[in-house]
Amino acid sequence: MSDKVLMKGNEAIAEAAIIAGCRHYFGYPITPQTEIAAYMAKRMPKIGGTFLQAESEIAAINMVYGVAAAGKRCMTSSSSPGISLKGEGISYMAGADLPALVVNVQRGGPGLGGIQPSQSDYFQATRGGGHGDYHMIVLAPASVQEMASLTVKGFELADKYRMTSMILADGTMGQMMEPVSLELDVKEPPEKPWATTGTGMARPHNVVNSLFLSPDELERTNFLRYERYAQVEANETMYEEYLMDDADVCIAAFGIAARVSKNAVNAARKEGIKAGLIRPITLWPFPKAAFAKAADRVKAFVSVELSMGQLIEDVMLAVNGKAPVTLCNRVGGMIPSPEQVLDAIRKAAENGGAR
Amino acid sequence: MTVFEKPKALADVPLHYCPGCTHGIVHRLVAEVIDELGIEGKTIGIAPVGCSVMAYNYFNCDMIEAAHGRAPAVATGVKRADPSKVVFTYQGDGDLASIGTAETVHAAARNENITVIFINNAIYGMTGGQMAPTSLPGQVTQTSPYGRDVTQCGYPVKICEMLSQLEGPEYLERVTVNSVKAVRNAKKAIKKAFQNQLDGKGFSMVEVLSSCPTNWGMTPQQALKWIDDKMIPYYPLGVYKDRSAQKEEKA
Repeated sequence: MSDKVLMKGNEAIAEAAIIAGCRHYFGYPITPQTEIAAYMAKRMPKIGGTFLQAESEIAAINMVYGVAAAGKRCMTSSSSPGISLKGEGISYMAGADLPALVVNVQRGGPGLGGIQPSQSDYFQATRGGGHGDYHMIVLAPASVQEMASLTVKGFELADKYRMTSMILADGTMGQMMEPVSLELDVKEPPEKPWATTGTGMARPHNVVNSLFLSPDELERTNFLRYERYAQVEANETMYEEYLMDDADVCIAAFGIAARVSKNAVNAARKEGIKAGLIRPITLWPFPKAAFAKAADRVKAFVSVELSMGQLIEDVMLAVNGKAPVTLCNRVGGMIPSPEQVLDAIRKAAENGGAR
Repeated sequence: MTVFEKPKALADVPLHYCPGCTHGIVHRLVAEVIDELGIEGKTIGIAPVGCSVMAYNYFNCDMIEAAHGRAPAVATGVKRADPSKVVFTYQGDGDLASIGTAETVHAAARNENITVIFINNAIYGMTGGQMAPTSLPGQVTQTSPYGRDVTQCGYPVKICEMLSQLEGPEYLERVTVNSVKAVRNAKKAIKKAFQNQLDGKGFSMVEVLSSCPTNWGMTPQQALKWIDDKMIPYYPLGVYKDRSAQKEEKA
């Protein structure tokens, strides 16, 4: 265990980003993720990097747009209300095919909401969040270790597919402390011949742009982008299965909800209910195949979430009517207890005829 | 002997600007300065949203198209990514003085080492002639059809005057391009704004009072005269801040 250090989730993201080669961070203070900015403010000047507290979340995401256009790994972080402001910039980055990492340590909403943990930005994250047809690669850590490893993965996938990666965490993940290994698998960024680094008078000029006034050209850029998205779906979908081999009741949950749900699954097993868990690690691409396969055998699904029923829609799409799917949730900064989840499992087992 | 030719930094394509619009002149001045300083290969330009949205097609250096008003933030990112590069933004009044006011003010406050070319023609041109933050009191536009009523829409924003109150910026000058003499003076200012960046001096902005005959409902000649008669009295030309020159004077 000597290689592990005790870190807050937010700090683990910041240190992992530095390990991944990110030397440019732009942010604006907002609870519960400000530790990321504070960590970067301390570290970046010592390693020749840039920490800049922007005048707004809008400015921060556009500074990221600039560094990404210049071909370097860069990131910003915020929490729900701030992510709404970044939506414009994220859409422009999608339109210009720029790679970057955006971290959302979610808090309850809508509006100013609260400062306690939430998962209610699921739709915003998995459907893009801004205007136009696009996706982000959305990664959902469920431990401080994953806060670190998925940050590194986020940079890697962003560069590989020229997309924005988002870490969709929540206040719990950001604030809690766990031992974490910082021996992370960092892949070097690919060449970026498209970057605006100056022509050096050696090539035609590069243009980073999301404006295509001719409809057939704009349509073509959309089609090409979605061909890339299809590759992401085929190659990069990640999930964890827990006790799913013989499960009659399947929980769908990510992040903190998945950790609570694991306890409930164990408790259900003690009562003789064959419960299991599928934890999406990539929320987009969503592990449709895993749920579709489970639906051939599982008798009932329960979506456990810190939102009013967002994840459940993707679960229902994947299950496609083969089994009932029910919701078990708390919102506004509240977290479902293992007992509440266990109760939902019991009900699902009865209704699905699982015992 | 060649007596006149297209600047090398300007692409050999037709510009889409209306007859009598002064964007073309300012594009040319920027390109001449890039040529004279020999910096095309290491320059990155940031285009705005507005009439000059397609400036990325007109300059031969690397170009980035920014979201409306965000060019100074994007330029900040590019410059911080590699401070050895030359980074300029080219923005209109709606972009710089309305939707992007925060980005403008804070890039200036940080003395971000970039060059800003600010085209002030007192109107939104691209969308068909709506009231701009810099439209004059009483000015008739599509969205101020009875003339800009300052009791309802407030007064025009004077950017050079406003930014000159900040400690941050290095150099702020307002020029115009409605005569040969004015064009020559504008070029000097633009060159200085780029040279300042090369010398590491910081945020340098040139505001150019420009014409929009199409949306002002004037002939090109009338429009040039309107700059003299109406715009300059409200937006006096001159240097609003030149920190290095001030330091020299003190010394």
